[in-house]
Formats: sequence, C-alpha cells, structure tokens
Amino acid sequence: MSQPRSWRGKAGRTMETQERRWIGRDLKRREDPALVTGKARFTNDVSLPGMLHAAVLRSPHAHARILSIDADAARELPGVHAVLTGRDALELIDPVPCFAAEPVEERAIAVEKVRYNGEAVVAVAADSRYVAEDALGRVRVEWETLEPVADAEAAMEPGAPLVHENLDSNVVYDQTFTFGDVEGDFARADRVIRRRLRWPRAAPAPMEPSGAVCAYDSAAGRMDVWSNTNMLNFVAWTIAGTLKMPPHRVNFHPMYTGGSFGSKHVLGKQVAIAGALSKATGRPVKFMEDRADNLMANDSQGPERVYDAELAVTDEGDLLSLRLHTVDDYGAYFMFAITGNTNMMAQISGPYTISSVETGIKAVLTNKNQQTVFRGAGSDVGNWVLERLVDAAANELGLDGIELRRKNFIQPDQFPYKIPTGNVYDSGNYPAVLELALGHADLDHWRAEQERARAEGRYIGIGIATAQQRSTYFSTEFWFHNPAPATGLTTSPESVRIGIGPTGGLTVTMFSPFWGNSPETVVSQVVAEEFGVDPEEVAVDYDSTMHGLPSAGPGGSRMTVMLSGAVRGAAAKVKKKMFDIAAHLLEASPDDLELADGRVWVKGFPVEERSLSIADIGMKAYWHKLELPEGMEGGLEGSYTYDHPYASMPSDDRTDLGAFYPIMGHACHVAVVEVDAETGRVEFLKYLAAHDVGTVVNPRSLQGQIRGGIAQGIGIALYEEVRYGPEGENLSASLDEYLLPGAPDVPRVEVLHHETPSPFTEYGVKGGGEGGRMVAPPAVTRAVEDALSPLGVKIGALPITPEKILTLTQGREA
Amino acid sequence: MHQEDIVIVTLKVNGVERPLAVEPRRLLCDALREDLGLTGTNLGCEQGVCGSCTVLVDGESVRSCLMFAVQAGGCEITTVEGLASGETLHPLQAAFWEKQALQCGFCTPGFLMAGVELLRRNPEPDEAGVRAALAGNTCRCTGYEHIVDAVLAAADGAARERTFAEEPEVDVAAEVVAREGR
Ligand code: FES
Ligand code: FES
Repeated sequence: MSQPRSWRGKAGRTMETQERRWIGRDLKRREDPALVTGKARFTNDVSLPGMLHAAVLRSPHAHARILSIDADAARELPGVHAVLTGRDALELIDPVPCFAAEPVEERAIAVEKVRYNGEAVVAVAADSRYVAEDALGRVRVEWETLEPVADAEAAMEPGAPLVHENLDSNVVYDQTFTFGDVEGDFARADRVIRRRLRWPRAAPAPMEPSGAVCAYDSAAGRMDVWSNTNMLNFVAWTIAGTLKMPPHRVNFHPMYTGGSFGSKHVLGKQVAIAGALSKATGRPVKFMEDRADNLMANDSQGPERVYDAELAVTDEGDLLSLRLHTVDDYGAYFMFAITGNTNMMAQISGPYTISSVETGIKAVLTNKNQQTVFRGAGSDVGNWVLERLVDAAANELGLDGIELRRKNFIQPDQFPYKIPTGNVYDSGNYPAVLELALGHADLDHWRAEQERARAEGRYIGIGIATAQQRSTYFSTEFWFHNPAPATGLTTSPESVRIGIGPTGGLTVTMFSPFWGNSPETVVSQVVAEEFGVDPEEVAVDYDSTMHGLPSAGPGGSRMTVMLSGAVRGAAAKVKKKMFDIAAHLLEASPDDLELADGRVWVKGFPVEERSLSIADIGMKAYWHKLELPEGMEGGLEGSYTYDHPYASMPSDDRTDLGAFYPIMGHACHVAVVEVDAETGRVEFLKYLAAHDVGTVVNPRSLQGQIRGGIAQGIGIALYEEVRYGPEGENLSASLDEYLLPGAPDVPRVEVLHHETPSPFTEYGVKGGGEGGRMVAPPAVTRAVEDALSPLGVKIGALPITPEKILTLTQGREA
Repeated sequence: MHQEDIVIVTLKVNGVERPLAVEPRRLLCDALREDLGLTGTNLGCEQGVCGSCTVLVDGESVRSCLMFAVQAGGCEITTVEGLASGETLHPLQAAFWEKQALQCGFCTPGFLMAGVELLRRNPEPDEAGVRAALAGNTCRCTGYEHIVDAVLAAADGAARERTFAEEPEVDVAAEVVAREGR
C-alpha cells in the first residue's frame, strides 16, 4: 500500500507541494456556450427522416392480471403504424437487463400481469405523439384486479399476495452481515442508543426525462440508438440482448444528458420500447417519457427504509459498535439487487473509529415502481442514520455533539484505514475539515441568536453533520452480497483516446456521455497539464459504442477520478511516441528530452533550434514516414483504459468485503434554520459546507455539484416523497405532487475546500459529485430538531414537511 | 388528420414570420420544436410546472407546453435561439456562463427567458426579488445560487452600461418613479 504524498498546509487548504498549471484552475466550463444558446442536442431533439413517435398505455392498477386487450380500434386509426401489447412484443424483445441473481423478470411491456400503477401495457408508434396518444385512448383492456401489496410490512405478512409468483415470498433478500466483534463490543458498552428511523422513497427526477430514438436497419442488420442512457460501453451490450440483437451491431450514440442523479444508468425499458416499435415498423421511432411516465415508471426510485438502529457507546463517549437492521421496500422489480444497501457498507461506520458493525438487510418486493439508485445510492441513508445516532448519543450522554465527533474521528496518521466491513479509506483529515467549518460557522453568534429567539417564543436551530462521501466505486459492490465464492465482475473502466493531428491539434475522445457535470472541461484541463498547452486549444469529442472503448460511465462519483487517470495514461503513450520521434530527429536520447510549453526540448538546452513543437512532430508522424525511426508506425495517437486504482476481492465468507470504495471524501455541513411554528416553514439562516475531495480539478464545477447536491439533500429532508395510496396508486406523478425545492427554498451555501490528495489516484483527485446530497440531510434534520428541542421533539422520519412540523409543534403545545 | 382540422397560423419567431399549418390542438412547444426545428426550448414536464419550456410571447413569459400554437398567431415569440446576436451572447447568457449558472443545462433556456422578462420589468432586482421571480422554474442540478448570481450580475452590468451611456439624459424624476413603482 503506497503512502500519502507530502503536502503542506496553506490558509485552510491542504495542497500538494507540486504546483500545477491547469489542474485546480477556476476555468469557465467549455460545455456552456452550446447549452446557453439552446444548441446542445438532447435525446428529445433528435429527429430523423420518417421518424415515428411512441406513447405508452400505463396500468391504472397496482396489481392486476391482463385478461385481454382489444387494440383493433387503435390499429385502425389513421397515422398509427404499430400497436404492441406485451404478447406482441415477445417476438421482438427479451426481458430488460436485470443485474440481480434472483429470478425477477421484468419486461418493457407487461405480458400477463402488471405489478405497479404505471407499468407499460401497450406501446404505440404513430405519425405524431398526438396520434399515438389518441390511439391509446382506443385500447380496451380487460383486467382481473389482484390484491395489491402496498407497503413492505404488508408484503412480509404470511399469506400476502405475491408480487412474483415464481418466488415463495416477497422477501427477496434477507441477510445479516457481521464485521468484527459486535457481541463483545455491545457487552462492553455502558449504554446502547436505540432509534427507529424512516427514510422516505424519493425520485431523482432530473429535469430531462429518459428516452430513446431507435432506428432499425433490417438490411444492414443494425440498430442505431440515440438515448440518454449513461453506462454505454459497460452495459449497453445487455440492452442489445433485450433488443435480440448482436451487441456489436447496436450502436449507441452518446447524448447530452439533462441530469441523471442515478436515473439513467441503464435505460433498458425505454430503449426496448423504441427498439421494438422500430423493428415492427421498419422506421426510426422516438419514445420520450413525459413527466408522468418518469415519475410513475422510470425505475429509479430511491430506498424506502425503516431502520432499527443501535449504537453501543461508553459513558465517556466512545463509539464502539453499530447494529443496523433494515427493511427496504424495493418495489416490483429488482434490477440492481440490493446495491443501495451494499453501497453504504463502504462508509457505514462514517469518519469514526467504530470497531465492529452488524447490518441486516431485508429487501421486500411490493407493488410500486422499483427502487434502483438515486444520487448517494444508499450511502445518503447510511450517513443520515449514523449521524442521527451520534446526535442521539450526544443528547443521552449529555455531551456536546461536536466534541463527541471530534473524539471519535479517525486521525490523519491512521490512513490508509480499514473499516470493519473491509473497505479502506485512502486518506483524510477530518479534524481539519471540522476546524475549517467551525472557523467560518460563527456558532457563538448563532447560539446567542437561538437564545434570544427562544426568549421570544421563536425556534432557531443549529445542525452539524460530519460525514463521508465515498467515491470511485468498484464493481464488486454489485455482487458481494451473494453468499458465494468471489467470482463476479471486477472491472470498472474508463477510457479516452488522445490524437494529435498533422498540425499539432490535440483531440480527446471520450466514450461516456455528458450527464450534467463537466467532463469536457475536466479532460481539457488535464490534457493541458500533460502537454503544456492551453485547454482552449484542446478539442473534445465523444464517440459511439461501435467505436467505443471500455467505459463504465458516470455513477458513484467516479468520472473526474477516472477521466483524469485515463487521460494521464493515454498522454503517456502519445508522449512516448513524440519523444521517440523527437529523439530521432534531434539525435538525442528520449531520456534527455522534456515536454514544456507545447515543445519537446533537450534537457538543459533551452534553445528553439534544438527543440520541436507538437505540430512539427505531428506533421512528421502523418506525412514524413521516411523521417521516422526505422519501422515506426505512422500517426500519433494513444488510447488508455484506466481501471480502478485500488481495489481488492471480498473474502469468500464475506466477513471482509475488500476495498471497493476506497477513494474517500469527507465533509462537514453546518445548517442554521428558523422554524415557523405557525406555518411549519423551515427557513435557512445560514448554510456552510466544508468538503475534502482531494485535489480539486475545477473549483466552480465542484462547487456547483456541492450546492446542487445540498439542494437535493434539503429536498429529501423537507419536501420530497414518492407517495403511494393504500391500493398502491401513485399519488405523486406530477411535479405538483412530487415537490422539488425552488429558488426561494434553497439558501446560499458557503463552500469551503480542504484538499487531502488521494495517494491512489492520478493527481490525488477524489470524486465529489454526490457529497452535497449525502451530507445535507443529517445537518438539516438536526437543525430542525434542535430548533424544536424546547418542545422535546425528536425527529426520526423524513421528509419533515410543514404538516409534520405543525403536528409536532401544535401537538406538543396543545 | 383531416384537412378541415388544419389551421394556418403565422408566428413571428425571433423576428422572422413563420407560417404554419397545424391542428388546433398542437401545442406551441411542439410547433416550435418539431415544426420549426427550434429545439432549444426544452420539455421537462408538459404539466405546466417546471418552466423549462418558457418562451416570451409579446414579451411576456409563457409556458409553451400550456399554450396552443394557434393562440400565438400574430404574436412575437422569442425563444432561447433568439437571444444572442450572431456569435455575441446576450448579456444574460454571458452571465450564466461566467457564473456557471448551469450544469446539465436542460432547464437553462427556460431560466434565461424568465430572467430576461424579470430584468425588463425590474432592471435592478434584489436577491429576494430574483428568487421570487424564478420560483416558477425548477432546476434539479444547481441549487439556484449561481443562477441568482448570474441574473444579479447581468442586472449590475446593464445598470453600469445605462449609467455610462445614458447619464447625460437621465430624467431623475422619471427614474425615481419607475423604481418606486416596481
Ligand atoms: S414543460 Fe412546460 S412547464 Fe414543464
Ligand atoms: S442545470 Fe440541470 S436542471 Fe438546471
């Protein structure tokens, strides 16, 4: 295991000694001009000659058998080109990709029965979306309604109706993992803090819904797909399987993506609907979800968990052991298995030296749209549960919450640090992050304000959370929950190609799409760093899967880390060839050369005549074969597939999960709120976020991610919940009902950075894409609880809506 | 589609007259995006909630997913494509870039149109005013702070320009009235 590199402190920022020219510069994003002028091309902007438009009839029932479908009237409508029931589609498409070991089959269009309100029953392709929707109105379905299982508790009852009849039970997964001496630590404890905690079902709800345009060419035996699905070169081949096509004949074009937050990893269903209709009609077909489609059937809802949570502590405030048992409502299908629960095992013990952990997981199938992942992927829940327990411990022990945290932090000299589950934290400096935050929080002022407000009968509260933000996932997390020898997927790659043309222009090609972060900006900064050129001179492009290299795409806060690594690897190959050519022409040894300011120089001879520009070398590589070293291949390009920089296998008995999320960031959030006891509204008086995600590549891009993530964290803490009624009816299928925070609801956020470089990644970069959302919920929850503490209120469930606050305040006051 | 269902309507979009043959039920957003190829206007909900489809109709912001194309006949419509002049960004577009008021950019055209309208009505808004004026637009990526900063910066820039260019002719009394009236 390598040691952290040397670094020094500088005005509240920890920096590597090495000065960098472009990495760390606060450059404007190069993605933005196309986006602010409306020129960027999103999936819904694709229009092809002869293209048809699809619409989908959705089940009005949560659980029902399809007895018959009469679609004749729909087929007869002028302008309609294809009407597919689930049965009709059997010839055209196979089940959608499912990455679970359990036999839970999902089809893009339901065949025998529907398992949630909103499941697709019929898909139509027509000249326009209008006609397609007219046709849906003419379809008659005969249903036999079945008793729905509308929540996890009901689903676990003996004799409950089965969501999938091929399973014996709706409890699709039930395991308890023990890491370390949990029994012993609980026996040693002076006290056990116990809480029952509920995390609400939520939806990523990016502003752009999911969709696909598919163009099937039967003559060429090929399908072209323009879709905002994200994991192109990693799993698109499984979607090709759904389309019953050989994967190398399905070409996915990377599209600009209007946000994902976990919702667009694998759009098997959306692609399958457009693809099946394209096969049926022989014409390109666009299927774009509308918002109701997205909120009812996108397959991206977040966890809905109830925890029985216990923290073993000593009277002095040592946190010894953690015991978490959860029932998690997975909805009707199981596409990513229990990824949301395995994910949080990466940082389940937080920034603390907790020495043992037990975690029991019951995954339950119900008649709801399925859970997959939402930004944070379960680690958001883990942070909230742990910080709730730590706050409760402080309360019960009569200790200051900040002191309690400080006392239990893993110390800077303890890294790399292996936590009980086996995951490794690469580096960090948690006390420094806390001090940075406290240095700007002005807590004395806010405590005085709180006192003053209380005297006036107003409620001001302060919430602090110190929590982890794991980054750069490793693919063992997808399967290590299955008790079997360790044989699963061990790749999580990202590739780029760098080409230098005959005039010296640099082009970088990526194989994962733009999804709302800044991949073009990041890549051009890193290339500029490597070649000593201006980032603006670098051209950046994307390529489709037929030309693709292994690339897992966005997810798990990995892209800045992985793209930086891939660029560095590709740059090394290109530079090697440049040096070989230059050495030949300058009659020097490659070892005596260096690249600076866009030229290759002979070390110690800073004279232009003894140097070559990148353009000089590019021209030789393209046009002057006879001047190249003997036998050298022409051209000047290099590609590199960078894989996880530090990971290991789980043990067969799964008492050690191995390192699977080791590039570990950390953050401290401070929220100050005022709760209006009359209206239930929570107003932010201050919000501060200190983050450590290693070397920062582009500060404004990172700050955008942090602030946006915090808005989502505030959303889940105060507003957001996917709600189902007692019959399993979706009660939040519009943005009127699924409330997203608006501009007046989100405060300014003071963002501070502390940089502890990762010893494992190139340039010390860590991923920061999810941290805002992972750390805000506990800080906001605590702030509201602290505000209402004169009423003796304890908060164990989110979201804390105005209605709930009124119940709490008026209930207690009454 | 029956012939008798078709209505001929002329929209003036970004300064150019565009005659269209549409069904009465065709939404303005679809006419702009599909019939005229102006795909900068995005559809986030088609429920009239998110504001991503906002365009200006005779200077007023309108959700183009809630208006029929035939209702806009004879009206002047401005979409995001009409903001820049040639390669020069509109000052609010430039401010959005400068302040990184976007991440995925999907909501951005709607925010720009709402922001243009706001600044026309109230050239010197304060932060609360900007937040209130943008309350009808949803952004899932940014947390709004950078958007608010961009609008305030554009207002600032415009104010500076006004002072610079119009100083000799400022009618102080009229300006005071205008400000108080806002
Ligand atoms: S698309 Fe028109 S308001 Fe959302
Ligand atoms: S920038 Fe993505 S929704 Fe606003």
